[in-house]
Amino acid sequence: MNFDDTPQEAAFRAEARAWIQANAPKQYEDELRKASLGRSGLKNANMLEVAKAWQKKKADAGWACLHWPKEYGGRGSSPIERVIWQQEEGPFGKLSGMFIIGHGMCGPTMMAFAGEEQKRQYLPPLASGEKVWCQLFSEPAGGSDVAGLRTRAEKQGDDWIINGQKIWTSGAHYSDYGILLTRTDPTVAKHKGLTMFFLDMKSPGVEVRPIKQASGHSDFNEVYFTDVKIPDSQRLGAVNDGWNVSLTTLMNERMSIGAGVATGFPELFEFCNSLMLEDGPAIEDRSVRSRLANYAVKASGLRYTSMRAISALSKGDRPGPENSIGKLVAGSMVQEVAMYALDLQGAAGALSGEDAEVAGKFQAMLLRAPGTRVEGGTDEIMRNIIAERVLGLPGDIRVDKDVPFNKIPTKGRA
Amino acid sequence: MNFDFSDDQKQMRDAARKFLTEKCPPKAVREVLDGKATYDKALWQGLADMGFLGVAIPEEFGGAGAGHLELCVIAEEMGRANAPVPFSSTVYLAAEALLLAGSDAQKQKWLPKIASGEAIGTLALFEGKGNPSPKAIKLQASGGTLSGVKKPVPDGAIADFAVVAARTGSTGRDSDISLFLVDLKAGGVEAKSLTNVDPTRGQAELTFKNAKAEPLGAAGEGWSILTQVLDRAAVLLAFEQVGGSDRALEMGRDYALDRIAFGRPIGSFQAVKHILADMYVSATLARSNCYYGAWALSTNASELPEAAAAARISATQAFQHCSKNNIQVHGGMGFTWEFDCHMYYRRANATALTLGSLSYWEDQLIDRMRKKNAA
Ligand SMILES: Cc1cc2nc3c(=O)[nH]c(=O)nc-3n(C[C@H](O)[C@H](O)[C@H](O)COP(=O)(O)OP(=O)(O)OC[C@H]3O[C@@H](n4cnc5c(N)ncnc54)[C@H](O)[C@@H]3O)c2cc1C
Repeated sequence: MNFDDTPQEAAFRAEARAWIQANAPKQYEDELRKASLGRSGLKNANMLEVAKAWQKKKADAGWACLHWPKEYGGRGSSPIERVIWQQEEGPFGKLSGMFIIGHGMCGPTMMAFAGEEQKRQYLPPLASGEKVWCQLFSEPAGGSDVAGLRTRAEKQGDDWIINGQKIWTSGAHYSDYGILLTRTDPTVAKHKGLTMFFLDMKSPGVEVRPIKQASGHSDFNEVYFTDVKIPDSQRLGAVNDGWNVSLTTLMNERMSIGAGVATGFPELFEFCNSLMLEDGPAIEDRSVRSRLANYAVKASGLRYTSMRAISALSKGDRPGPENSIGKLVAGSMVQEVAMYALDLQGAAGALSGEDAEVAGKFQAMLLRAPGTRVEGGTDEIMRNIIAERVLGLPGDIRVDKDVPFNKIPTKGRA
Repeated sequence: MNFDFSDDQKQMRDAARKFLTEKCPPKAVREVLDGKATYDKALWQGLADMGFLGVAIPEEFGGAGAGHLELCVIAEEMGRANAPVPFSSTVYLAAEALLLAGSDAQKQKWLPKIASGEAIGTLALFEGKGNPSPKAIKLQASGGTLSGVKKPVPDGAIADFAVVAARTGSTGRDSDISLFLVDLKAGGVEAKSLTNVDPTRGQAELTFKNAKAEPLGAAGEGWSILTQVLDRAAVLLAFEQVGGSDRALEMGRDYALDRIAFGRPIGSFQAVKHILADMYVSATLARSNCYYGAWALSTNASELPEAAAAARISATQAFQHCSKNNIQVHGGMGFTWEFDCHMYYRRANATALTLGSLSYWEDQLIDRMRKKNAA
């Protein structure tokens, strides 16, 4: 057990630090430092442009997608080096938000299922942020139950014709490409008739409509497909094997672990350190300290849990379902933290934006937080994963398991 | 960076688990629980023979000289087995205090006896209700003797010696407190067993009447040494708590797979699955905090005070959470004396209080984080 750098790690850290020091967009450092979940935009600049520029700079100097192989735009780094990089990148890491889906899920899926030529063509610009990718899985009829999706893909010569609708697609409005899960055979059980593709989001027939979220922002979209043509060469995996391909994607989602899941704790701690209550500084109030301590040990517990996962990765283990814990714990914690920070503000807690304490940071967090408990698998689905795949408890009873997809009922109260 | 125990350390954990599974089955714990013995003497001797009691004691003092990471893996197994022996009082408190502050002669006198299982030690800190605080210490030292009452003292009725916190000044500062070493068998100390929530963890009231005592560490340094001893013990006890949490989770999981209701194993009901998933979550967070604590303890890092408090809080919460929900998953069976669930529930709740309560450690953690932040 050793939490200190080895000499090689120290050298890597020094190199990363020097490069970041010399190249990062310092003018945004303070703003990024203060940004929190729900408030990640920049005031006087286009976040996407700043993010793309930073990503490109990193890619040109060999600091992008550290764990990807060099030939696909990465650096071939060890998992520990990734953590070191994250630690050193600090607030600038928040600029990677819009690349997470591409780097964490689409890229690895391409790496596992695309042809060599395709990998060399599509992966480097994805790594460098020149091209942004999105993940087109969820549909009105299939979110938690991804395999319940209805978007059809029908073979026509060497092409596939896509018709249907996706929903909740993060970043579709600025994405260049997407990975798309479709139904290719509705007459077999739902998991058995799916096929995965990747496509150009500018293809004729693709229409992206931003959705206004509960937070008031628009980060995700509805995406409509009307006779969209995808060449068979852009199929990922075998026909009707899309479920297995999507499992790779979802497994890789867990691999995008790092030391940095947002819990809201650092923000809350800083806030309590500066906040004055009627009887004195908040941090000196007993009940405040108790709440803070509870969040502190959750946050540190998560941090060291991901460090343990990284140690296991370094020894060659694959990331397992136990990593669902980060998403589960951080999701509800960030929501609780936001509520507590508002509670500490008393009546003024109901204000928002510049009218609220610390420029409405916690109010923004409050309004974004419900989404974190849903996106990438709900709390309930995460608990199912832990119970079934880590603890070995029986799977839920699936009444639709062996039923042909087109015979599954579509309404609850018939 | 490496956030895991080494293969050797894991082997030691396996050896300890194997040994304890054999020598400390629930039946053996029940001997003590049912009041038939004050502690498991055979197990205690067995632990000594295995080298577990002296694992972190240097070889020159009769120990194995392995280190604190090794002690952590053994602590986890002690907690998992719910071992009814005075391990925590002797090894985490008394031995650590000696290692930190003892003179060579004091170490020579007691540490080999601890390692060989001949001597049981303890720390006499509390004087009635309340948390660790220099203000709460009234027991007086004068002219090499101690007078006053300590309670509760863990394993106080079976201990051979105690490290005692006493008042040696009246300035109102921490430096009024000094530590002493008292041979409890030498006269001047009366021990009375107290009943308690976890009968496998003895507690006693010790009355000192001009009991002969020798200083441990420098005069006026008592509180500062104690703080370090408590931090070290907090990490070690947290490993016991994590071991207990894991065992409680395992018991709940096994029962959920076996027990049928409504024609299905209860473990197939999502409400039950989610209880168990949440137990896994709290046990895992605690374990991770403990690993950090173990590293800080073994390297005596400046992070130790903060890491110890975090490990302590997280492990206390996890053990309470897992042990209470283990009973819930067991239904009515969980509430019976015959089932082992309550042993862990008792141990979880007693352990939560032995080094100061949860709220005390919460307060400590925030204090320490603030200090670090200010630095
Ligand atoms: C901010 C945000 C960004 C997103 N980005 C993307 C994206 O980029 N690409 C994409 O494809 N999708 C995306 N999603 C969709 C997301 O993956 C789904 O919303 C999510 O999986 C839940 O599906 P659902 O919304 O259909 O809810 P439902 O599946 O309808 O769930 C409703 C409720 O029922 C519960 N429930 C459902 N099934 C079970 C079960 N088996 N056991 C217990 N409880 C159950 C759920 O936990 C939830 O509480 C995003 C969602 C959000 C909120």
